[in-house]
Amino acid sequence: MSDLRDLYQQLVLDHGRHPRNRRAMGACDCEKGATCCHNDGYNPLCGDKLTLYARVRDDFIEDLSFEGEGCAIFTASTSMLTEALKGRKVSEIRGILDDFLEMLTSGEKAPDPEGLGKLAVFSGVKDFPTRVKCATLPWRTLEMILEDVDQGPAQTEGDASAV
Amino acid sequence: MKHAAVSKETATAGCTRRDDFPVFADPGLVYLDSAASAQKPAVVLDAMRAFDATSYANIHRGVYALSERATAAYEGARGKVRGFLHADADREIVFTRGATEAVNLVANSFARPRLGPGDEILITHLEHHANIVPWQMVCAETGAQLRVAPINDRGDLDLDEFAALLGTHTRLVAFAHVSNALGTVNPVREMTALAHARGVPVLVDGAQAVPHLPVDVQDLDCDFYVFSGHKLYGPTGIGALYAKWEHLESMPPWQGGGDMILSVSFDKTIYAEAPRKFEAGTPNITGAVGLGAAIDYLTAIGWPAITAHEEDLEAYAEPQLAAIEGLRLIGTPAVRAGLFSFVMDGIHPHDVGTFLAADNIAVRSGHHCAQPVMERFGVPATTRASLGLYNTRADVDALVSALKRMKEFFAA
Ligand SMILES: Cc1ncc(COP(=O)(O)O)c(C=O)c1O
Repeated sequence: MSDLRDLYQQLVLDHGRHPRNRRAMGACDCEKGATCCHNDGYNPLCGDKLTLYARVRDDFIEDLSFEGEGCAIFTASTSMLTEALKGRKVSEIRGILDDFLEMLTSGEKAPDPEGLGKLAVFSGVKDFPTRVKCATLPWRTLEMILEDVDQGPAQTEGDASAV
Repeated sequence: MKHAAVSKETATAGCTRRDDFPVFADPGLVYLDSAASAQKPAVVLDAMRAFDATSYANIHRGVYALSERATAAYEGARGKVRGFLHADADREIVFTRGATEAVNLVANSFARPRLGPGDEILITHLEHHANIVPWQMVCAETGAQLRVAPINDRGDLDLDEFAALLGTHTRLVAFAHVSNALGTVNPVREMTALAHARGVPVLVDGAQAVPHLPVDVQDLDCDFYVFSGHKLYGPTGIGALYAKWEHLESMPPWQGGGDMILSVSFDKTIYAEAPRKFEAGTPNITGAVGLGAAIDYLTAIGWPAITAHEEDLEAYAEPQLAAIEGLRLIGTPAVRAGLFSFVMDGIHPHDVGTFLAADNIAVRSGHHCAQPVMERFGVPATTRASLGLYNTRADVDALVSALKRMKEFFAA
């Protein structure tokens, strides 16, 4: 078993205990040209659960937030996702998402520090196979949000399940 | 983070059973997940290997010596299960894949033909999904209703409510002997008597009971009793249904195929008598032999020694766990068997499990296939430490000390 400190780095513990952007998203701005989406993610195995909210305008993620409850890895991953991606271009996000999932699932490609920045603290999770889904659940949920964004400005909702 | 492993000497002090189990060749292993599946002693592994090597063939078929030996071993295992449950006759024991399949058998073969709209099945809030979902399925098909007897904040069944829910429409009652999520031991005899007073048959899910306490189905007077081999130090893929003969005789087969018939023609097929009527297809022959060996192993140790050992561990563990700051025991039942479920303030059960795993302590974190129980206690999941024959006070010490260290780790 790898060192626990590789899994629970200080930043992870901090975000796990004090998640950022944990709130429902307020009134929808769809009529004013934004695309508002939310998606649910659920891991029935351990009960990690979230609703991820996004407001996109002119290809920019104007706001990202979540509601949900789960383990430290899941909470930190969700919190840091919202922090890292808010204000970014949708087109940029796809690359980050792919890199993040790649870092945790393939374990071969070294994380690109430029692109992933602080998110690289999750690289240790790949040595704890039972915990990978905790870290990836919000990202899988985001994946579905991006699909919805592609479908244009309408309020949509969906469901990601980490089964 | 590595911590000093429990030395072999301390681990085995006062408990020679540990040496019976090859998995403890890893001296640092603290296995506290027997409620999910128990480890197997060498005698079980050896019995299965020897059977496969010297006596294996299909059963009830060949006239050659090997097949006769295999049949004798398989039927011998049935006799051991009968003895273990104190049933009246071997023919009241049906081999199944496990507790789950046994419940499904009763749901499909016994309950379904007897149910219609307005009828009710009564279960409790303590059940494992295996004793919920099969009933929901037959209810959905027949228009019957599933009723649920509540539990109190300690995790004990509310017996008055249970009695009140037993109505004129109740067709079957099903409940766990021991709860896998809380450790609660239900008053089976009283519950059965209440149901029988209203003429309602009773199924008892004994999956978590059989490893911890002696079971006498005639004394309990239940109509059905189910359990799994793998929680009883035996292999997976084998378990048993006990049913009173009068029921088995009246029940139609559930699955069709070979081995469950007397004769087949395209016009008319005549079923074999129970239990073979319910054992369609080639069964888990070697698994049955392994289960028989596990029963022999437990019988040789004897219930007084088994229960004394486990009561000692429970009495040793409970106050120490309860004294850990921020630890809340989920379930503090009047009578407990074999396990402790708990949550830690501010630390998710999944993180608890990972932290303990780093210390080579195996526990289960999750909803334990008992989501209604989790919901009742307002938690998404718990950490569960469950005990077996091989556990020692040193295992409890290792758990308690790790939990104390864990608080510092996550507070850092
Ligand atoms: C109380 C209870 N009932 C039923 C089952 C189902 O047993 P199996 O999965 O072996 O069929 C379990 C297993 O966890 C259990 O604990």
